[in-house]
Amino acid sequence: MSDQPILELKNIHSGYGSIKALRDVSLKVYPGEVVAIIGANGAGKSTTLMTICGIVSPEKGEVYYQGEPITKINPENLPPMGLCQVPEGRRIFPRLTVEENLILGAFYRDDQEGILKDIKHVYELFPVLGERSKQHGGTLSGGEQQMLAIGRALMTKPKVLLLDEPSLGLAPIIIHQIFDIIADINKNDGTTILLVEQNANLALKAATRGYVLETGEITLEDKADALLHNPEIRKAYLGE
Amino acid sequence: MIQEFKKVWKNYTIGMLWLLGVLWPLLGIHPDGTITFQKTVSVWLYILAGTFVCLILYVINTSGNLKPVTTPVAGAARKIGSMIEVMPSWIWISALLICAFIYPLVTGRYATDVAITVLFYICLGLGLNVVVGLAGMLDLGYIAFYGVGAYTYALLNVNFGLGFWVCLPVSGFLACIAGCIVGYPTLRMRGDYLAIVTLGFGEIIRIILNNWMELTNGPNGILGVKTIGILMPFFENGMTLETLWVKKLQWFYYFVLGLAIVAIIAVRRLNYSRVGRAWESIREDETAAELMGVNTFNYKLLAYAMGAIFAGLAGAFFAARMKFVSPESFTFLESAMVLCMVVLGGMGSIPGIILGVVALIALPEAFREFESYRMLVFGATMIIMMLFRPAGLIPAKRVGKRSEDKE
Repeated sequence: MSDQPILELKNIHSGYGSIKALRDVSLKVYPGEVVAIIGANGAGKSTTLMTICGIVSPEKGEVYYQGEPITKINPENLPPMGLCQVPEGRRIFPRLTVEENLILGAFYRDDQEGILKDIKHVYELFPVLGERSKQHGGTLSGGEQQMLAIGRALMTKPKVLLLDEPSLGLAPIIIHQIFDIIADINKNDGTTILLVEQNANLALKAATRGYVLETGEITLEDKADALLHNPEIRKAYLGE
Repeated sequence: MIQEFKKVWKNYTIGMLWLLGVLWPLLGIHPDGTITFQKTVSVWLYILAGTFVCLILYVINTSGNLKPVTTPVAGAARKIGSMIEVMPSWIWISALLICAFIYPLVTGRYATDVAITVLFYICLGLGLNVVVGLAGMLDLGYIAFYGVGAYTYALLNVNFGLGFWVCLPVSGFLACIAGCIVGYPTLRMRGDYLAIVTLGFGEIIRIILNNWMELTNGPNGILGVKTIGILMPFFENGMTLETLWVKKLQWFYYFVLGLAIVAIIAVRRLNYSRVGRAWESIREDETAAELMGVNTFNYKLLAYAMGAIFAGLAGAFFAARMKFVSPESFTFLESAMVLCMVVLGGMGSIPGIILGVVALIALPEAFREFESYRMLVFGATMIIMMLFRPAGLIPAKRVGKRSEDKE
């Protein structure tokens, strides 16, 4: 683990009009890590990711990616830089086929061979997508759609992958499958992962470090193991 | 069978009585204040008889008494369908092209005129399809760009005597500029808000055309626009190049046919390109498209400009065809018409749009006698369409299949 964080939020204040969703949020993600942000509904988890991607612009503070400030950069220019988000609720393109969804992930790229190779790679990770490659995204099941959303993000060749609630609305067996693959992506491709989850147990088991977000503020920051055994966390988020 | 009938007769009766209530004010109240019942009742009885036969057939069919007839018919239809699918598409396309080419030779002046109108609207429909069908933005002011194209050619021709072929690209270009000017501030909006703003901008352009007396001659329109001229070599005394004015409607038909074919090819190629995919991703989910690296604003503006170019080119041809332009040709009703054609035919589907245009232009021509009920029939058709084929007459071929299904 190098000293230079690949992604850093410095004193971010963000919100929607008069509603303040984030207050003074600072966090660091080092290359190769899996960092989890856990928190309850409405704590500002998704806003954090949307602020990193520039969909929501912060009122104060700065987001640094590889040491460069990126707050002023338009969201569509981030995937070429290696920063890509899998948005909450999957948001695949329902009337495009699975393959077209993946091709759109590689929208900024023009290396045809590389794109074909990466599509194959995604089909290897998620064989079910390969079976359904000509099918509309909207006809997939929830779990398959989540796989497609992750696959689509992988097509951008991300250095940092932001995952927003990948477990949302999925059956436990599918959730485990997806978390296994997330771990694989981190290990095999060396992709840094910032994971946002309500399911604290799962997220902390997958992560190396974790942040706890409460009503727009970071209240705790620690190694994932330590958080998992922290009695307060166990009480608040793990139902004990 | 009696049971089936019991289920539907109540709705049928209510529907028919409602129709009588709608028909009577249309047919029974005359402008001079007289009130009659005779005609209403007779028309109503005809409709009643017709729909009753349909109802009886429907009842017999649902109760299963028609099976000996329907089963072989359905089998035959399926066979024909599979035969059609086996035939390569170029046979269809060339057959259609040949039909389109010999059409003006075998029909009269009136039929050719209708066909020219159909071709104009095909260009407009395809252009609007880029905006509505591909990029998913509801545009209610589309006809304004048609107007910009038509006025560009009319003004340049009447004031400066410029020829058609010089003005054609200028018309397309200016319509494109108008599209960008309108699009730049409006495209930050989404959905219903965009529809309202485009409606407003469409009206602004029409009102400018209507009120700028010095430039456009206002509601009187511009007269004396020259038709298309082509340079033809003549060999009578040596070789001389002379301008031949396309005065014959048949010849004009071929020019518009050419434009329509260019539009079809262009839209088809756009649809299956990288740009087309970007547009479709914006239609599906704008935020997700942005997160995937699609510059949504630029691509939306591009869709708007592309749509406007098609309208502008069609507009130049329109001015050359009519030899006259006035703001009356570019009202909101026209925008709504084009939108109806796109929706009726099937958004995003090129054959669908062509069929939609034919349905909405040619059929009203065929039923000219019923002109006063046109809007009534129009509304009824739209309702029936939305009930039975909500995705259009020929829906876009992006119907996904689960892999378990037969390919």
